[in-house]
Amino acid sequence: MQEERFPGHKVLPYLLIFPSVAVIIVFLVIPFIRSIHESFLRSSAFGTQSEFIGLQNYIRLFSSPDYLHSVLITLIFSTFVILTGLSFSMVIALLANQKIRGKGFYQIALIWTYALSPAVAGTIWALMFAPATGIVPYIISIFTGGYQLNWMTNGWAALFIVSMAATWKMLGYNIVFFIAGLQNVPMELQEAARVDGAGAWKVFWRITFPMLSPTTTFLLFVNMLYSFFQVFGLIDIMTKGGPGNATEILVYKLYRYGFIHLRTGFASAQSFIIFIAIATLAIIQLNIATRRAVYER
Amino acid sequence: MVLRIRNQLLTHIFLMMAVIVIAFPVVYAIIMSTLSFSDAFLFPPRLVPGKHFFENLKEAWDRISMGRLLINSTFISLVVALAKIILSLLAAFAFTHFNFRGRIILFPMCMVTQMLPLPVRIVPTFELMRSFGWINSYWALTVPFFASTTGILLFRQFFLTVPRDLPDAARVDGVGPLRYFLQILVPISKTNIAALFVIEFIFMWSQYLWPLIVITSKDMRVIQIGLKMLLASEQIAPEWNIIMSGTVFAMLPPLIVLILFRKSFAYGIAMQSQQQ
Repeated sequence: MQEERFPGHKVLPYLLIFPSVAVIIVFLVIPFIRSIHESFLRSSAFGTQSEFIGLQNYIRLFSSPDYLHSVLITLIFSTFVILTGLSFSMVIALLANQKIRGKGFYQIALIWTYALSPAVAGTIWALMFAPATGIVPYIISIFTGGYQLNWMTNGWAALFIVSMAATWKMLGYNIVFFIAGLQNVPMELQEAARVDGAGAWKVFWRITFPMLSPTTTFLLFVNMLYSFFQVFGLIDIMTKGGPGNATEILVYKLYRYGFIHLRTGFASAQSFIIFIAIATLAIIQLNIATRRAVYER
Repeated sequence: MVLRIRNQLLTHIFLMMAVIVIAFPVVYAIIMSTLSFSDAFLFPPRLVPGKHFFENLKEAWDRISMGRLLINSTFISLVVALAKIILSLLAAFAFTHFNFRGRIILFPMCMVTQMLPLPVRIVPTFELMRSFGWINSYWALTVPFFASTTGILLFRQFFLTVPRDLPDAARVDGVGPLRYFLQILVPISKTNIAALFVIEFIFMWSQYLWPLIVITSKDMRVIQIGLKMLLASEQIAPEWNIIMSGTVFAMLPPLIVLILFRKSFAYGIAMQSQQQ
């Protein structure tokens, strides 16, 4: 609990908070509640009328193989992006945090891609895998012999490539936070363990990794939000959810139902399902974070 | 000693590999933006820059009226970044310097918004824009983004490290809270302000889905959507050289912001990661 620094002001704090709270209520909370409400409705073709249909939107979603496929694709995609992204960037950050020459150079050369947008990343990766002229298929063909004309026509290959592109785009961000997190791991502790004869492997798992866990859980959450939502631009540019629906992750499906097919009730139900997923994970993250806060006191 | 040098060498090799893997796609994109149309289709692809860089930039510029897109993206990114900074400074000031009942509900509420990203409320938010008459306007591209959990947390964390003597001394001298805020607290927060500016400018510059649905006319488009248009403008085969010139325009402003403020940015991130 913070102590009061300016006692006796009853109205002022509310005035200070008002702008933020107003924006949150008008543009976040109310639309969210309305979204839940709309998920129980079926809107007519022109959006003039809507009727209450209970849980039907949800039942239809969960009995649709297409939707379940999208859930599966999202899980595969997110797991790939989060696990490979976080483990690579953790290793890179650990290396860049050592006492080496050119530390300043490495720390900027490793993080600058933070400034790139998902759409830019998608455009560049589309170029690298472009049919007939892409450089990556060419490099692969040197090793395998056979040249594959267009990787993006194969569903699983497309999903893999999109996952790689999305992972690459987040490396800069993840490395920034891991390097920052490592500043909070006291060097003396690691060196003391070394002196006591613990190997590098053991020092990492017993000391560095646990002490990094607040950063890791934070990044887990951010990367999850990223792989669920922010990759939209990357997917739209690279595959538009295709071939077929091989890369149609949930947010893309939501966009198609809500803004191309204009089935708003159906789309709102999808929104709510996505919310449940992130809320669950956010609560887990929050739990871990507060547990840490208690230790610190 | 020998072992130490060998380890150092290995570290350098691994780090250089990481630097290359991270940079390669962008370097390749920039090389592509310097090639002529026919060189862009050479197979096997070459990694030698050509001489058509400025020519391609101009072509990309004209084709999707880049000037307008850059103005739009810069404008909304600046407005949103500044608004987020101001709103979260005010809120963080309230949360750290006053005792008021509402804090018990309002602070968690500001935090919970992290869980309400656009896609979980997208249809009604869009409908709200329509009922405000905000479709295809700067209002829709900016105002809904004004609240910032990151900002409130960042400034709150910083304000809590400010020694109590400072506000106490101000109070004893008869300085009111608003003057203390504007003349003392805000100036000493400038590193955090710069850090938040970088984060939010890049965040806003990267927006794609929302501009895609609320913008309906060419002159209101943002640069990210311009890339989509550039990709779709292909006649026979994709003109990768022109597309990559467009990408250069889309990359440059946020990169400049990051590089200009990199010190404050690193500091801000370090501060943020202390509180997790």
